[in-house]
Amino acid sequence: MDDYPILEMKNIQKAFPGVLANDNISLEIKRGEVHALLGENGAGKTTLMNILFGIYHPDHGEILINGKKTVIHSPQDAINDRIGMVQQHFALVPSFTVAENVILGLKNFGFIIKTKQVEQQIKELGERYSLPVHPKARVWTLSVGERQRIEILKLLYTGANILILDEPTAVLTPQETRQLFSAIRKLVQEGSSVIFISHKLDEVLEISDRISVLRNGKNAGTLNRNEVDRRTLVQRMVGRDVLLDQEKPKVESGPVKIEIKDLSVKNDKGLMAVKNLSLKIHGGEILGIAGVAGNGQKELAEAIYGLRPIETGRIQMAGEDLHHRSIKKRIQSGLSFIPQDRKSIATCPNLSVMSNIFMKNAIPGLKKSSAWNMQIKQMHEKAGELIQNFSISTPSTKTRVRYLSGGNLQKVVLARELSNNPSVIIAEHPTRGLDIGAMEFVYQALLEEKKKGSAILLLAGELYEIFRLSDRVAVIYEGQIMGYTPPDPSYTEKIGFMMAGTREDSIHEN
Amino acid sequence: MNDILSFIVATLHATVRAGTPLLFAVLGTIFTERSGIMNLGLEGIMLVGAIGGFVVSYNTSNLLLAILVAMIAGAVLGLIHAFFTVTLKINQIVSGLAITMLGSGISGLWGKDYIGVVAERFETISIPFLSDIPVIGRILFQHDLLVYLSLLAVPLMWFFIYKTRGGMTLRAVGEAPEAADARGINVFFIRYLYTIIGGSITAIGGAYLSLAYNSMWIENMTAGRGWIAIALVLFATWDPYKALLGAYLFGGITALGLRMQAVGTHISPDFLKMLPYLLTIVVLFFTSTDRLKRKVGAPASLGIPYSREDRT
Amino acid sequence: MKIKIEKRLNTPRYLSLVVPILSIFAALLIMFIILTIFFMGRMGSFQGAFSETVSAYKELIAWPFFNQYGLYSTISKMVPLAFVALGLSFAYKMKIWNIGGEGQLYMGALAATWAALFLFRGITSPLLLITLVAIFSAIAGALWALIPALMKAYAKTDEIVVTLMLNYVAIFWVDYLVYGPWRDPKGFGFPGTAAFPEPAMLPTFFDGNVHIGIFIAIAFAILLQYINLKTQWGFNSKIVGDNIKAATYSGIKVKKYTIISLVVSGSIAGLGGGVQMMGMQHRLMHGFSPGYGYTAIIVAWLAKLNPIAVIFVSFLFGGLLVGNDQLQMFYKLPISLISIFQGLVLFCLLGGEAIAAYRLKIEKAEEATANE
Repeated sequence: MDDYPILEMKNIQKAFPGVLANDNISLEIKRGEVHALLGENGAGKTTLMNILFGIYHPDHGEILINGKKTVIHSPQDAINDRIGMVQQHFALVPSFTVAENVILGLKNFGFIIKTKQVEQQIKELGERYSLPVHPKARVWTLSVGERQRIEILKLLYTGANILILDEPTAVLTPQETRQLFSAIRKLVQEGSSVIFISHKLDEVLEISDRISVLRNGKNAGTLNRNEVDRRTLVQRMVGRDVLLDQEKPKVESGPVKIEIKDLSVKNDKGLMAVKNLSLKIHGGEILGIAGVAGNGQKELAEAIYGLRPIETGRIQMAGEDLHHRSIKKRIQSGLSFIPQDRKSIATCPNLSVMSNIFMKNAIPGLKKSSAWNMQIKQMHEKAGELIQNFSISTPSTKTRVRYLSGGNLQKVVLARELSNNPSVIIAEHPTRGLDIGAMEFVYQALLEEKKKGSAILLLAGELYEIFRLSDRVAVIYEGQIMGYTPPDPSYTEKIGFMMAGTREDSIHEN
Repeated sequence: MNDILSFIVATLHATVRAGTPLLFAVLGTIFTERSGIMNLGLEGIMLVGAIGGFVVSYNTSNLLLAILVAMIAGAVLGLIHAFFTVTLKINQIVSGLAITMLGSGISGLWGKDYIGVVAERFETISIPFLSDIPVIGRILFQHDLLVYLSLLAVPLMWFFIYKTRGGMTLRAVGEAPEAADARGINVFFIRYLYTIIGGSITAIGGAYLSLAYNSMWIENMTAGRGWIAIALVLFATWDPYKALLGAYLFGGITALGLRMQAVGTHISPDFLKMLPYLLTIVVLFFTSTDRLKRKVGAPASLGIPYSREDRT
Repeated sequence: MKIKIEKRLNTPRYLSLVVPILSIFAALLIMFIILTIFFMGRMGSFQGAFSETVSAYKELIAWPFFNQYGLYSTISKMVPLAFVALGLSFAYKMKIWNIGGEGQLYMGALAATWAALFLFRGITSPLLLITLVAIFSAIAGALWALIPALMKAYAKTDEIVVTLMLNYVAIFWVDYLVYGPWRDPKGFGFPGTAAFPEPAMLPTFFDGNVHIGIFIAIAFAILLQYINLKTQWGFNSKIVGDNIKAATYSGIKVKKYTIISLVVSGSIAGLGGGVQMMGMQHRLMHGFSPGYGYTAIIVAWLAKLNPIAVIFVSFLFGGLLVGNDQLQMFYKLPISLISIFQGLVLFCLLGGEAIAAYRLKIEKAEEATANE
């Protein structure tokens, strides 16, 4: 690592309607370093990097590359300045081959594509940087880890020497993460700089040379790796000591509220995503399911709720088989679902807060309201009550939910899902994209329901969350439960093995 | 026996002629849709192409100039559609409908004083040697210039789309605009470009009606061909060769209907007229979208406006 | 000083009213320009063209809205428009693009003719006969829309082209009947059926110049508004229209809603066809609709799918259609002139709404960007 700042961002300011995403941020990247950008969701990391990559324009501030002031109007400019970005959502064309994706948009290729030559070059590049790929493979057939490699190769092919990686390990298995890290080290050895955006403390501590912490849109300090530990980082990230150990309410275990036997469910591609899975949850119990995204969690949740058909097996709620029950009936039987993508299925962006709360038409307590004569005013009043109870920050019940922040939107979903005394709640990544205040709120709300006797199935990516809320932890891998552990951080390594495919009984305790 | 043969040959010859306006419209719209823009305004574009070409042909007797003006008219409507759908990000379906209304209205107005007059027509050019082949010669090689152009366009378009860098750019913009944008491709420019080009090629299809298929202007002479073309683009799964197949299939139904009327069948002419439209419905039913789209590499972003700030 | 264009957070109420009205004026203005250019081709000079356009516009506005008999025509023309537009907006609320209003109208007229001239020939009670004919025309429209409805619900086929194709099929079907088996033997070769019997004709007022269809249309508008605002159906339709996945997630049976929506949409349009037969035409004829089904699309859009607004906008467009006829007669302009206006109005409306989503923000140089 040089002492030479290859990139400087000075006093960057960027506002969106209703939120100041970047507040006077300054950042300095040296040549040949791995620089981590750490912060919680919503701290402004992605916005800042989007500005660097030309997707957004800063309201104020300047960017200097090699000491020279540069204006970046578009990704093309960024590419010309040898800056490259691998985003969380990959920018690949599914039906194209690896090679085609790598050369897409490049100007120096003439009219007709010289396929063989390009494929050879890509193969060599991949070998050099420990990022092996098959140039002829079509992207839609590839795994997530392989696709990420293509993204990085794209940047290297055009000579990028500042690489921005946005939450790259979010979708990787532990093994793929190892591979990525060794590739990063190789890159840095050869003189590139890597900006590593993450909110995962352990990874940041492992891979980076320096760490800049962002909090609430500001830069809370840049530190050398050997000067920090977890505690200091957390303090900077959050501004206070977060209680990593919380008291979990002790609740009497009730009757079995939901039981799943030998469930098999197919995914969208027609492959079996859930394979002969069995589990049961009692009232007043939270079962947390840990696992890397894409191992059947989504399909499991959808099958229980009724959004996806079952191939074989049984789902029983309070003893009754759910098999042919419509979604409406399942809702009426007390099943609630907080899906991970609140914007895509759980809310209607252009409808009012009230409409979203009453979307399922399952909130009790409305007098004289029927299908042919709805009492709109009453509904607004009830919605107003719920807004108070759930601390939803909104100008009125008539506001369209598209204008609410992520945290408030999730509270609307909670207000709906938790207000009709559900007996079973499926919570899928319920705190994704929320700031710490909203996360705490979600945790408290779920724990409240647990106290009231609901059975909760928690599907989360962050082990922290699972440990915080669950009574038992199950690990899912390729659609099967690998094993159970108590909700104690000392079991993290064992859980890691299970997440990567080792069954509980074949893990040797050290 | 000879009667049947000559009936078949005559019908197939008519098939090519009847299919040509459809072919132009489908090819043009393949360009537009592959960039991710849905253009439902084909009926209007074909009509302005027809009247624009006719007016110029009537006043200058210059057929090539007529085609050029038709293309410009189509390009203008394409530009309007692009502005509303790409820049203003308006619902593409509604914009297309508005283009149809605008185009048919303007063609009606412009053509009001040209009803009933006759102008030049693209003469049949028999290709030496090839046109003397029995049966096939008559069917394929005794046509006008525009037919030959449309047939030539098919392999050219295919090569462009699949074998060149420009084609790759086009496909990327339609299938994954975020990917293209991240590679420095100007998604907005590409969409504008191909919507305009698509409009002008479609307009040639309309001009064919007034300059070759007939040599006069009739109000609303496209009679729904623009809409059939939209269904055909889906049927062709955005591939030029399949477009050829589809266009001639429909041309065939139309031609058959006309031939049968000429020969004097008992089938009601109104029923025969219904056939292309009914066939379109059947075709749409069997072209199930989701499964096909994924396999074929369809423009997945079709109909969805692209906005950089939506990506997060 | 900097002027910035910023996306609005909330669209104020008044804009929802102002934008449609402004679009009408903008469209009229642009059409004025287009007409003037056109007349220049005819008359050779700008002066002549300009004055010709001015007098054409006077004819367009004055007769339908300020002349007694013109007004009668306007009300008569607005009835089928209102019916189809009400039907269409019912489907559009769920983003189901029923373009088949014209065909559903024709099928309603066809069924009404069949019922009045053949099936219920002997019935003399006007109340009974009219009710039966009305029901049949509604059913015909419903069935015509059922085809695309089933295709959409079960095969995910897009409804736009299917409904449109059915328009052509319906028109040809009517042609077949009207030139063939149903042709009036006493009609002197005129492409139409025999006249409806007396009891099948709607009562009229204003000296026989306007039929009661207008009241039926208004009644339906009120009914539909009630459904939108006060029933579960209306509430759920909004959800389906905004986010289909959320609707499924909420337990709404989207397939059922899709089918019912299209079928009801078609039935109201079909009823319009029946009303038009019983109230205005009194016989089935070739080309009896000057494109009501297509104009109704614009009406529905301009009225922002609000049933009460549909009545007002239908009145406006009814008048424009009447004026259009006048222009055809006295200024030798094509009937399709109205299509230009329709296309322009739609574009002005769309453009206006897109612009209304932004606002200007004037910033002094020293001020930092304020937080909301």
